[in-house]
Amino acid sequence: MTRSTFSAARPAEIRWHPTFVRIAPVVVIVLVLIAVWYVAAVLMNLNLVRGAFERDDTPYTTGQLIAGTMRAERPLLPAPHQIVQTFAEDVFGWPVTSPRSLVYHGWVTLSATFVGFLLGATFGIVLAVLIVHVRTLQKSLLPWIICSQMVPILAVAPIVIVVLGAIGLRGLLPKAIISAYLCFFPVVIGVVKGLTSPDPIQGDLMRTWSATPAQIFWKLRWPSAVPFLFASLKVSITISLIGAIVAELPTGAQAGIGARLLAGSYYGQTIQIWAALVAASVLAVGLIGVVSLIERWVAQLMGARS
Amino acid sequence: MTWQRLAYFAAALGMLAATVLPLSSEPTPSLLARPIVLTAILLTTVLYAGAAFVTPRVSIAVTFVGVALGCGVTLALLRDDAIASYATSGIWLPVVANWGAAWLGVAKLAAVKPRDKAAPGTIDLAIPLLFGAFIFYLWEVAVRGFGVPLVLFPAPSAIAVRFFDSLWMLWQDFFQTFILGMLSGYVIGCGAGFLVAVLAHRYTFLGRGLLPIGNFISALPIVGIAPIMVMWFGFDWPSKAAVVVVITFFPMLVNTLAGLNAAGHIERDLMRSYGAGYRQTLQKLYLPAAMPFIFNALKINSTLAFIGAIVAEFFGTPTLGIGFRISIEAGRMALDVVWAEIALAALAGMAFYGIVALAERVTTFWHPSYRT
Repeated sequence: MTRSTFSAARPAEIRWHPTFVRIAPVVVIVLVLIAVWYVAAVLMNLNLVRGAFERDDTPYTTGQLIAGTMRAERPLLPAPHQIVQTFAEDVFGWPVTSPRSLVYHGWVTLSATFVGFLLGATFGIVLAVLIVHVRTLQKSLLPWIICSQMVPILAVAPIVIVVLGAIGLRGLLPKAIISAYLCFFPVVIGVVKGLTSPDPIQGDLMRTWSATPAQIFWKLRWPSAVPFLFASLKVSITISLIGAIVAELPTGAQAGIGARLLAGSYYGQTIQIWAALVAASVLAVGLIGVVSLIERWVAQLMGARS
Repeated sequence: MTWQRLAYFAAALGMLAATVLPLSSEPTPSLLARPIVLTAILLTTVLYAGAAFVTPRVSIAVTFVGVALGCGVTLALLRDDAIASYATSGIWLPVVANWGAAWLGVAKLAAVKPRDKAAPGTIDLAIPLLFGAFIFYLWEVAVRGFGVPLVLFPAPSAIAVRFFDSLWMLWQDFFQTFILGMLSGYVIGCGAGFLVAVLAHRYTFLGRGLLPIGNFISALPIVGIAPIMVMWFGFDWPSKAAVVVVITFFPMLVNTLAGLNAAGHIERDLMRSYGAGYRQTLQKLYLPAAMPFIFNALKINSTLAFIGAIVAEFFGTPTLGIGFRISIEAGRMALDVVWAEIALAALAGMAFYGIVALAERVTTFWHPSYRT
């Protein structure tokens, strides 16, 4: 009320539509970033292109030079349209089963991500339930779980792969285990927080109804942990994707987005690296979207008002 | 209380089993030839049985003396080449007995209601330490008892030996990865994120645009830029620092911006009524209010930065660094070196996190989470 009268007193001020106020700055800054990117691409690739012209002894103009920086085959920084073009070619230009297709590599990484995520989330939930119910574990194990995250776990990745390879496990599972190791932590912390979030009063109420521990768990603790669980799952699925990508690095994997990054860096195929990065980002956004969808669906099932 | 008494009796019996059951599938001299070990076994048995009858506080002390003795006995027996890797029930039952007794002791310790004020901190620290020590004991016993080959899983003692043998190499790797690569990138990345956040807070338009973008980029697998940075800045530490800068920038930006916006309307109005300028408001209101958020970002970044520095080393290094050493030695199956590097990384990571957490305590002592 006060706000509207306040602005009515100053008619000179223009009031924009709220959506416009929200979207406009984002669009402007994205455009500025793209412009900066183009300028940087010209500047960084300039010497490269000039060198190529001078080796061939062909005369060149500044215009040709700048046009060259936009088309360089192995640029230091590829222009955005080059990345988009390569990405589109790699995604749509090849049959899905071809090792040149990004869809194929994306699928390899995605399958490890899924298995790792399922393993990690299940492990995290079980651990959280144990921690909440066994006091000794809460006091003794929780500090170690937190400590385990101070350790750069990716450093363990090569060993996990070597050891599991020695036992005879190869391919998808070692990668999945690494991403599970990375992604269980947010789940544990979130679910422990969620399971302990009901008020003591509510627990007392359950006891006055002489509810069994199992009933208290399924009817009070678990439902109140679900929102926390989904918040953690959104974090941990991206971590799981990172784990799957990074697990492909030290092993010299043949397929997967990590392998694409590695091959691109060996052969100086910068555009390929960037295209793989775009693919990883698309996957990350898609995975978070899927988890959000499931979250909405579960919330509806549980009778939440949206 | 009766089941605890039963459990203690079971532990005592399990310990006693060492004197009756075979220690190894290979022929070994009887325990009578080792009077010290035999005495220790009997003493542990007495301690475990006795712990069932004394008051809880004494019982905790008795239990842990017993566990220490029992662990010592099994480790001493496993030093024998005829027992290690051929261990049978005579070793495993006492190990299980130690495990049960240690669990009972920790459970009792966790239930203790301290009388004085200093004690809860000590107990909260002691429980995880005891738990960790016991995990290392189980690891050591399992590796030695089953004779797991070194190339698969080295025992903690072998790792410790390797660690102290190669301190110089570890220090060089630590300096390359941690000090040069990670720390410089961490400082630059966090500093830049902080400055941009202050700007974005001052100019609302910038903030409205940067916040969604920052949130979006924070969710992306940014470590993937490592090969590009290695291409731009070469194999040495600047490329690692660059990866760390990019990784730490966005969490810092997003969190600081959220923190700067955390100051309430009333406080802002109060500063206005004092006639405070922007700089004064920033210094006295916005920054202190943002401190918990900033420290949150610093903590998140301490783990991210380390991961970034190590991953960047997978793409090329000047034959130095934790990540490089791990990937090389893992390929040569020298797993004790790898584990020594991991121990180094773990210690460095925990120490760094501890320093950040300590700084947080000192700086934001006023925050509700510290005023219990």
